[in-house]
This record gives sequence, structure tokens and C-alpha cells, in this order.
Amino acid sequence: MNVYIKQKIAFSILFFCTLLVIVPVLVILVIIFAKGISAIDLSFLAEMPTKGMTAGGIFPAILGTLYLVLGAVLFAVPLGVLSAIYLVEYSQETLINRIVKLAIVNLAGVPSVVYGLFGLGIFVLFLGFGASILSGSLTLGIMILPVIITASREALESVPKSFRIVSLSLGASKWQTIRHSVLPHALPGILTGTILGLGRAAGETAPILFTVAAFYLPKLPTSLFDQTMALPYHLYVISTQVPGIPENIRYGTALVLLLLVLLLNLAAIILRYQFRKRKKW
Amino acid sequence: MVESSAVKISIRDFSIHFDDVTALKGLNLDIYLNEIFTMIGPASSGKSSLLQSLNRLNDLIPSYKKTGTILIDNQDIDTIDVESLRKRVSIVFALPFPLPLSIFDNVAYGPRMHGIKKKSRLNQIVEKGLREAYLWDEVKDRLDTPAMNLSGGQQQRLCIARILAVEPEIIMFDEPTSGLDPISTARVEETLRILKERYTIILVTNNVAQAARVGDRTAFLLMGELIELNDTKRLFTMAQDKRTDDYLTGKFG
Repeated sequence: MNVYIKQKIAFSILFFCTLLVIVPVLVILVIIFAKGISAIDLSFLAEMPTKGMTAGGIFPAILGTLYLVLGAVLFAVPLGVLSAIYLVEYSQETLINRIVKLAIVNLAGVPSVVYGLFGLGIFVLFLGFGASILSGSLTLGIMILPVIITASREALESVPKSFRIVSLSLGASKWQTIRHSVLPHALPGILTGTILGLGRAAGETAPILFTVAAFYLPKLPTSLFDQTMALPYHLYVISTQVPGIPENIRYGTALVLLLLVLLLNLAAIILRYQFRKRKKW
Repeated sequence: MVESSAVKISIRDFSIHFDDVTALKGLNLDIYLNEIFTMIGPASSGKSSLLQSLNRLNDLIPSYKKTGTILIDNQDIDTIDVESLRKRVSIVFALPFPLPLSIFDNVAYGPRMHGIKKKSRLNQIVEKGLREAYLWDEVKDRLDTPAMNLSGGQQQRLCIARILAVEPEIIMFDEPTSGLDPISTARVEETLRILKERYTIILVTNNVAQAARVGDRTAFLLMGELIELNDTKRLFTMAQDKRTDDYLTGKFG
């Protein structure tokens, strides 16, 4: 067998494997889309569920997920970005810092159900927030913290060292240097981390299971200390816990969750693209 | 004429170590006001390390250790807060490092960090800096375009303008023309001669001919030691130390 044919075969295998990666994504999208699209109309998105969730809309679940994602991001982004700045710009390579970095890596590997139990123990019971949007947001926030810290660290580290040296050599203080010569250029990367965190926070079921999610609520939450319905848990409930839910409502709910995550990601990607365009090096 | 000038910088028993590597050994020398003080010597002779000690950029390197003192206007630099020290003692690096900002924002960066916000004042400072660095005529119509689009020689003059905008007292040039073509080099050297009227200039160069062209006094460093220091003309015509002579005549480099 000559070299040329061997190469052909190798390329074919590589190409085939790459194709295989796309297949499940396409299948999932097509099935969910085909089975769910018939359920989706304005009233499905904007109305309360009726008749034991076998009819009506899923508005409370959509709203609940938006609240939870927003709460998680508001909590995790400042905390994550600020600690990443400390780790990259201020800390020396001491033992404590290595432990902190190791802890962050490990935090990323903790199963989501463990975060749920942790949230139940700390926020719901110990701090007495109860099963509430606050507890759920904080739990989700801690879950996405490692993603945000890691992405922010990489973004900060990828800013050329010369920017810092030049800024300092002109007499800028360390904080001014970070504020004006490092952070603006790290922002696209930090945003990427936030995107990844957003998607995860919107889609996870286990962390909100014990901390916030309600099986069914007749009215919308009005404060941080209310329970709320949320899309992933609602999907679980109508798919497995309640008999007689029409198939298109189940798939419609899945489609809404999928589109919500895609939409969030798209918004952040557009934002990042705008930053990239402004980048001048 | 040089001997009668005021001492601007005195360096006393100054040594630099990085971990167990000695970069500079017990250096003693004075640098006078409004001179171009040139340092020559082969790689790792300690010239650049000394520059980065003068404005304490070396403090950023964890393994850096020093002994001895550096006085500027008779004040120990360790007692000056580091931001004001770096404002007074500026450095132009071997490679031009424009910030990823417009030409205007690059030059205005320093003044802004030092609290100047008024647009009209910034306009003045930027124009003055660019004029003094002989860049104004080439860029005056495109101040808001990215500095990264300038040619290498223009970028280096932009870096000089950026430094002039913070109104330093001492400007250090760390092999400023090593990456430039002969025409750009000539322009930078011309700028140096004019700048010395108002600033004290320290020039580190690998280019012996450049030292001969622009230096008032020249120091020859080798392996972290000051071998010889004299008026540039005298050093080049009658070096006292054989090693200086060998270096100047290109026997090693």
C-alpha cells in the first residue's frame, strides 16, 4: 500500500470521526424541534400552566430560570473575576495560592448533585434562606464559579506582559495598570467564561432540585425568598412525574430550554465579537 | 565641561543578583545633569539590569536582589514612592511596545494616569510630545488610528513621545535602535541630541559606533563590572584598559 493511499485512509477516518461528533447534536436538535414546535406559540410562552400542567403555558418556568441565571451571574461574575485578578496580578507563587488554584480546579469537578446538597445544607437550612430564589442562585453561582475564574485567569494571563511593563514604566500604579491596560483586553475572554457559566446554570437540574425548584406554583414569585418553577426541573416533572402530559408540551418545553440557552450564548458571542473587532493588536 | 556639571544620579556600591547569578558587581559611578551617558558592553554585562534598577522595574522580578544605593538628586530612590520615581525616570525599551490604543491615547496614557483629564490640556501635551519626538508631521492627521499600524521607526518615536508626555527628568534608552533601519536610527539619534538639552539621558547600546556618535561620556561594562569610564572621545581614542580596546576594535563582542 503506498503512502498516498494510507494518507487517504487516515484522512477519511479522521473526517468520519469528526462527522460523528455532529450527528448527535443534529439528531437531538431535529427530534426536539420536530416534536416540540407544534406546542410553541405565544400563549405557551406567556401563560400559566392549566389543568394540572396538561395544558396552558410554561411562563413561570421560563421566568424562574431567567431569575436563577441572572442571580447566579450577578453573584459569580464579580466574585470570580475579582479573585482571578488577585490570583493573576497580585499573588506570588506561595503554597496557599497553589492550594487555592488546586481548590478551584477541583471545584469544577464536583458533581452537580453535590452542589445541590451543599446548597441545601448551607443556604436553605443553615443560613435559613429556605427553598428560595436566593438559595438557588447562590448554589448555581458557586457551581459556575470555577468556570468563570478559570476563563478569567486565562484571559488575564493572555494579555501581553509588555502592556503591564509599559504602563508601570510610565508611572501608573499597579491598580491603574490593571484597570486600564489589562482588564479591557481580558474582557472578551472573561465574557467567554460567563457564557459557558450561563449555559450551565440555565440547564442544570440537580443544584436547584433541593434549593429552589417547585413542582407547581399557581402564582409567580414576588421576592428573592420565594420558590420558583424552573425549566430544567419542570421538564423533569412533566416528563416523569405527571402522567398524561401531551408529548408536544414536553418536547416544546425542552425546545424552549434549548433555545433559551442558545439565545443567551448568541447574545454573549455577539458581544464578544464586538470587543474583538475593537482589539488593536 | 562635563566635570563641572551637577551630579544627577549617583550609584554607590551597587550590586544586582538574580537568584545566584550576579548581574552587576559593586558599581560606583555618577551621571551628570543634561549629558548623554552611554553604556556599552557585550550581552549580559549588566547594562540593562542597571537601567531597570534605576526606575525599580526590577522590583517586579521575584528573584531580584540588590545591595548598595542609588541617589537621584541626592535622594535614595528606595525612599521615593515608586510611581513618582518612574514618572521622573523613564525608559524606552529595545522593542517599541505601543499599547493597543490609538496614537493619541498612547501619548495621553501617562498624563491621564497622573490625573490630567481636561481634553484641551491633553491635546496640548500630546502635540508637544509628538513634536519633540519628530513624529507630529507624520501622524497629525490620523491621531485616532491604532498605534500598532505605524512602522517600527515611527512606533519607537511614538514611545519617546509617550515618555516626554509625562515630563520626566531622566530618559533611559535600552538599545533603542537595535530593531530599526539606518534612516530611523539616524532620526532617533538626532532626537537624543536635542533631548539632552533638557533631560539627562542614559543610553545603553550594543552599537559601539552609536556610542561614539552621540555619547558625552561612555562607560564600558563587562560581566557586571565597570571596566572603564571616560569622555567618549578619550575612551575611543586612548582606552586605558586592554579589554576596552579589544571590545572597541571588535576583537570580541
